[in-house]
Amino acid sequence: MAGSGDLLVGGRKHSTYKTAERGVFFLAVEGVRPGSYASSMTQEPLPAWSLPADAVQRIELPEAWPGEITREWAWGGATGASVRVCVLDSGVEAGHPLVGEVQQAIAISIEGDEVVVDERDTEGDLCGHGTACAGVIRSLAPDCEIASVRVLGAGYTGSGAVLLEGLRWAIEQGYEVVNMSLSTTKQKFAGLLHELADSAYFRRTMLVASAHNMPVESYPWRFSSVISVGSHEQDDPFAYFYNPTPPVEFFARGVDVEVAWTGGGRLVCSGNSFATPHIAGIAALVLSKHRELTPFQLKSVLYLTATNVGGER
Amino acid sequence: MSEDLRAAVAAGVLGSEEGYRALLQSIVEVARAIFKAKASSIFLLDEIADELVFEAVSGQGQESLIGERFPSSTGIAGFVLVSRQPLVIEDVLADPRFSREAAEGTGFVPKGLMAVPLLHEERALGVLEVLDRPRDSKFSLAEMELLGLFANQAAIALDLLQRARRAKDALSGDGELDVVARVAAALEARRDEGSEDAAFRLLAELERLL
Repeated sequence: MAGSGDLLVGGRKHSTYKTAERGVFFLAVEGVRPGSYASSMTQEPLPAWSLPADAVQRIELPEAWPGEITREWAWGGATGASVRVCVLDSGVEAGHPLVGEVQQAIAISIEGDEVVVDERDTEGDLCGHGTACAGVIRSLAPDCEIASVRVLGAGYTGSGAVLLEGLRWAIEQGYEVVNMSLSTTKQKFAGLLHELADSAYFRRTMLVASAHNMPVESYPWRFSSVISVGSHEQDDPFAYFYNPTPPVEFFARGVDVEVAWTGGGRLVCSGNSFATPHIAGIAALVLSKHRELTPFQLKSVLYLTATNVGGER
Repeated sequence: MSEDLRAAVAAGVLGSEEGYRALLQSIVEVARAIFKAKASSIFLLDEIADELVFEAVSGQGQESLIGERFPSSTGIAGFVLVSRQPLVIEDVLADPRFSREAAEGTGFVPKGLMAVPLLHEERALGVLEVLDRPRDSKFSLAEMELLGLFANQAAIALDLLQRARRAKDALSGDGELDVVARVAAALEARRDEGSEDAAFRLLAELERLL
């Protein structure tokens, strides 16, 4: 989306806009009317607020939903090809043996009251954490496209606002999956993050966010329009459990995970940060095989194929 | 008693910086003992300077590190702070960028670490780190839970320390009130010696003088 000013700085494409100029963008995006979704299959606006009798055919699902959802149906033979996964984190080290190609590297920062989007971020990964998440996603969905949106590294001050703007940018770009192994505790961002999470849900962007394992209120993982992920202790990267007592909805592998780190390195790490990209990677697999799934349907598939539900079938 | 005097007395009895420091020190020592770790430290975020400051250290570097500062987004501690996510790393040496310079400056380069953000209400106050658990013990989620409980305690202590500092700072421009606060603190320390009445009489006299 065009900002209020596009400029080239040192050969990099920058765009800037005032934070105050941005409203709830999803109501103003061209071609998307509130409540309607122009399906790429039908090219015809689908019903918005009600369903007249002659419109039932028009919401026919593009693919038959089988009586029993199995892992084989969900992602058997899938590689994640052509699914765009965004890693909202500390950056990603491109070319790392466990990560491979990074299709896009963007850095978001805030200078004064302006949001600066650097569409050719050359900093790589400032910590290692984003590379770790990207490596886990790559290990599960080897052919997916990975985009890095760097929202960390400029210090603590303003980190909540940068996270919010990074998420807004990622949703505008229409990535199918956004991995968020981070959160904010700032109450003032909760409302906007909630709106962004809900708009992502309706725009077919699945947010996968790390849950907190401490007794604090933090966002956006607590919202029902995202998939929240905690850790289990098993070694199987495809073992994941549905939790019938939310807010944490799924548990995935998060203990002693060998991950990619900066400088081409590897580390053994634990934390919900690493459980989250396991679910993001599996989501990318499912979406590469079933492109028309909405976040609601995707969540349902993950539920039905969870290890403690139907995953053994 | 006037409002100013009341505030000075309140600041005086709120507790000394040394008291909260002792609490933080106790937390890192217990954390280190429970996890059988080589060292443990608490970093406080200085929001104005956007830096992390060593506030309490147990183990190697114990004396020299207190007060040392580094930018708030540096290394694992910085990441944990800004992402609000706890992190356990088994082999930090494999990470060529892991604040190696900073670590070598302290004379102690850890092999593994656990780092957890110290969150109080909606603020991130700092980071608790536990360095070098025994290598033969496998990390478990139960340990993560324990670390979270310690972090909660440390966050409360850090919050109290910051409040005490702010109260003292508020008085620092006023020599007379500062004296009152110190007298109140001294009297508070002797409460159990039956000096309560004497304390109030003294304060009343002070008010008359001021």
